[in-house]
Amino acid sequence: MKTEDIWAMLEDVTDPEVPVLTVVDLGVVRDVIQLEKNHWKIVITPTYTGCPAMQVIEEDIKERLGKENITSEVELVLSPAWTTDWLSQEGRRKLEEYGITPPQDEGDKSVLFGERPVIPCPRCKSRNTRLISQFGSTACKAHYQCNDCHEPFDYFKCLK
Amino acid sequence: MTKQEALFEFLLRKADDSLIIGHRLSEWCGHGPILEEDIALTNIALDLIGQATELYKYAAKVEDKGRTEDDLAFLRLEREYKNVLLVEQPNGDFGKTIVRQFFFDHFEHLFYEGLVNSKDERIAAIATKTIKEIKYHLRHSSEWVIRLGDGTEESHERVQESVTALSRFIDEMFYQNDVDEILIKEGIIPDVKLFKDEFYKNIEAILEEATLKLPAENYQMSGGRKGVHTEHLGYLLAELQYMQRTYPGMEW
Repeated sequence: MKTEDIWAMLEDVTDPEVPVLTVVDLGVVRDVIQLEKNHWKIVITPTYTGCPAMQVIEEDIKERLGKENITSEVELVLSPAWTTDWLSQEGRRKLEEYGITPPQDEGDKSVLFGERPVIPCPRCKSRNTRLISQFGSTACKAHYQCNDCHEPFDYFKCLK
Repeated sequence: MTKQEALFEFLLRKADDSLIIGHRLSEWCGHGPILEEDIALTNIALDLIGQATELYKYAAKVEDKGRTEDDLAFLRLEREYKNVLLVEQPNGDFGKTIVRQFFFDHFEHLFYEGLVNSKDERIAAIATKTIKEIKYHLRHSSEWVIRLGDGTEESHERVQESVTALSRFIDEMFYQNDVDEILIKEGIIPDVKLFKDEFYKNIEAILEEATLKLPAENYQMSGGRKGVHTEHLGYLLAELQYMQRTYPGMEW
């Protein structure tokens, strides 16, 4: 079993809250290390510190590898801290198709009331949208609405 | 006091701050004034409880007495909690919860920005993760302070009352004793004295935009860092610890 094979298996493990994304697309898997012949260590990092999906992701990884008779241990690391920059291009495309606007460059958030970035509507692509709430259905999303087609939608918010 | 003891005490303080205010916010679950705010407050609660978990884990390791993060969160007595008094104050109306969060977020923002440069690698890693979340909290509470303060006559009056009532808990966030002295000298934590002026400048700018005022003089309360709390913490813990006290060691 080679490292690529393990990565390929991890491509089958999806985020329980955003099921179109795999843990690889999301950039949550940081490293894959062989410890023994059929025993591997998978290093993952949380998107948000309180993200309740991490435990499920850990179990799903073990279950997926277990199907190929591979035992594994999953290590959670905080550093370097996850950023939306690690979301793959493929992941961004899948998100938009699913109806979630992928992260846009938001500039410096410590500037309290600076100009907000334009968040396009994933349905009609209009750039005329408004923020409903910084906090959406999960820790990683904000809630927007399109002013043109009126579609309410999730935005996968930028974390840098 | 050894460096290890100081580090343990510091981690407990910050973990308790995050856990207790996170628990307070979680009390809004299902009671928010609008659905979006119900979700926002509980999202912030989740971040804060997540941060507390990381700090407790490290505290348990530093203490090295076989306790886990859950033991530290659920199985201590009231006097053993070292959070500041601000975070245990009851939610009151939505405006009061926002003002409490506003003072807390502005302090945490400056504090964690300093903590990112900690010479303790694990603390620096936690801080680097946490600061990204705090920026969202800060924007949320600051925008609401402006909207409520500069809103209707009633919202202005009520939120001004909360600013006056809660401002007596601000200075305690800047409390220091030998724990801080030891850790500042080691380069593990920032010296809060150095950003106290900046803190007041930041909150006063927003309060001004919100047409609100800090009272000119206010008796400042303290005691939390020594475990001497207001009456509210006991009731909060009674709820927080209920399951572990009733069914010790239970898991699900």
